[in-house]
Amino acid sequence: MEFAQLKSNLKKDFNGLKTKLKVALLGDTPTQLLKQALKGYGYEVAVDFEIFEADFDQIDQQILDPTSELYQSESDYIVIFASVQKVQLKFYKKPLEKRKDFASEYIDYVRHLANTIHDNTTARIILFNFPEINDSVFGNFSNKTEMSFIYQLRKINLSLMDLSRNVKNLFINDLCSLEATAGHNNVIDQKFYINTGMTHSLDFLYPVVKNITDIILAIHGKFKKCLILDLDNTTWGGIIGDDGLEGIQIGDLGIGKAFTQLQTWAKELKERGIIICICSKNTESVAMEPFEKHPDMVLRMNDVAVFVANWENKVDNIRHIQSVLNIGFDSMVFLDDNPFERNMVRMGIPDLTVPELPEDPADYLPYLQSLNLFETASHSAEDKNRTEQYQVEAKRVSVQKSFANEDEFLQSLEMKSKVSAFDKFSVPRIAQLSMRSNQFNLRTVRYTEQDIENLISNPFYYNIYFTLEDKFGDYGLISLIVLKKDNGDSLFIETWLMSCRVLKRGMEGFVLNNIVATARSNGFKKVIGEYIPTAKNDMVRGHYKNLGFTERGDKWEIDVAQYEDKKNFILPIQK
Amino acid sequence: MSNAEIIADLTKIMEKIFDVSDLKISMDTVATDVEDWDSLNHIQMVVAVEKHFKIKFSSTEIQNWKNVGEIVASIQNKLG
Repeated sequence: MEFAQLKSNLKKDFNGLKTKLKVALLGDTPTQLLKQALKGYGYEVAVDFEIFEADFDQIDQQILDPTSELYQSESDYIVIFASVQKVQLKFYKKPLEKRKDFASEYIDYVRHLANTIHDNTTARIILFNFPEINDSVFGNFSNKTEMSFIYQLRKINLSLMDLSRNVKNLFINDLCSLEATAGHNNVIDQKFYINTGMTHSLDFLYPVVKNITDIILAIHGKFKKCLILDLDNTTWGGIIGDDGLEGIQIGDLGIGKAFTQLQTWAKELKERGIIICICSKNTESVAMEPFEKHPDMVLRMNDVAVFVANWENKVDNIRHIQSVLNIGFDSMVFLDDNPFERNMVRMGIPDLTVPELPEDPADYLPYLQSLNLFETASHSAEDKNRTEQYQVEAKRVSVQKSFANEDEFLQSLEMKSKVSAFDKFSVPRIAQLSMRSNQFNLRTVRYTEQDIENLISNPFYYNIYFTLEDKFGDYGLISLIVLKKDNGDSLFIETWLMSCRVLKRGMEGFVLNNIVATARSNGFKKVIGEYIPTAKNDMVRGHYKNLGFTERGDKWEIDVAQYEDKKNFILPIQK
Repeated sequence: MSNAEIIADLTKIMEKIFDVSDLKISMDTVATDVEDWDSLNHIQMVVAVEKHFKIKFSSTEIQNWKNVGEIVASIQNKLG
């Protein structure tokens, strides 16, 4: 997308956009056009960015002064663009004998900035890393001496990754990768730089602001969870029904390598925690055969969470997949080589992401990678088990049909739940669940790992998490409660959220029993709840009413003394 | 191309960048005559002019133009 197009978006009406996010922009080169591009790109993804742009070259002043405009702007995200050009000048000013320490000193400086921000605001920091360009002072020998600029620069980039692993509120905008993909010489405009001080060509602003936005939206809870693949000419070359098991192109046959590449990528996504599903117009047994028998297939049946192959239309089939997974359509991606199918699915399910796959399968993977569809703001060890969990879910759904009534079914599940205060061990999963839950989430408060650690030590809070397992499998940690002591005798439910995978298990009642028990044992008389509507959480609009809370203004309350435990079939366990 | 033709093309480019309609420029027009002709818009205009005429200016040229006439002369020079 050209800059001119982003700029023309500035004239559009942003009022109708529900997602409003406050962003601060700090740079040591002029950032006016970056700001325009970011604002304009926001329109493309239905986000109204309210941008505070600091004066030119004010990174340190704005961050180090607690009374600065930066902190007054109350931004949720602080984007810091320190340019490689300025870093290079700092490096050249250092005496030769001290240059080997440049990277570690620079990282100390960044750590200090990050800590200062953390002390003053809960904003997330998005920091650009550096394009790795050799200054041709040492030539290739620069790789063999700590005194070269690129040696120190690469060390900085690597150390920034290490730093962001430990500083939870710090995220890296990988400018280095972006420039490498586009080609450094294609994205800089030396004349532009000499005349204006701006480091990149106009048309490179688009990938930069898209990348920033990808990171922000992932932190904000908007990201993809599922990849749905068509089969013929998408997952393998050729048509399994016509060409047969030996005839489809995968591995070394024909252009099979292109499909092997795509499958390998899908498999890696699955290992990371993306759910892989199949949606194909085929006879089921025929469609499954390659997954079971073809020696060159990378994806196997146990990599697939939901496998749908029939002759129904794909819109209905994708709706079915969605109903099993219980996630939003806007968190799903559908790949199909057939433009007709793509358009039909787009029309039927507008929220679904349906990339316009290139005609040549050789281009599939680079194109998909260029879209950065699977940005994420967190990752936990549980993620890789997600496929298995959904496979188990599909089994549960089929068993449920054999029971006459719901209670009997729930009883048969032999459900057990661990109820525990937040602990250090669970911090990543708790933070992640708060980022991922959109539908069953009463107030949609997002917590970073740092926020969770703060909650654990905050004496004004009671925090509870719940796991759930049944005879089919273990859901893991699926519900969070954050209770804040109000003034006086009431407890306020700051957060009540639950994974939609455990809907209709009686978990809500079980959780409320535990909330009230917490209130009772700590001497509180009332529990107060609040529902804050978002585009996604209509599901819980009637939540407090259904659980017997009484409406008081815009809040809901329940009297601890009057409360009777809700019936459920979940057994609390101590692990 | 005649100077008038180049000015006509320039006018269209500037109208788009400056987000105005009915822009009137002549060989004698200077940046201060046009409301939105600041340094940021100037550099965007340069990029657009380069793309449009498929030419490249030097960094010195960009800084030294005194008026539209000199821009037109630069373009004529590049077009040969």
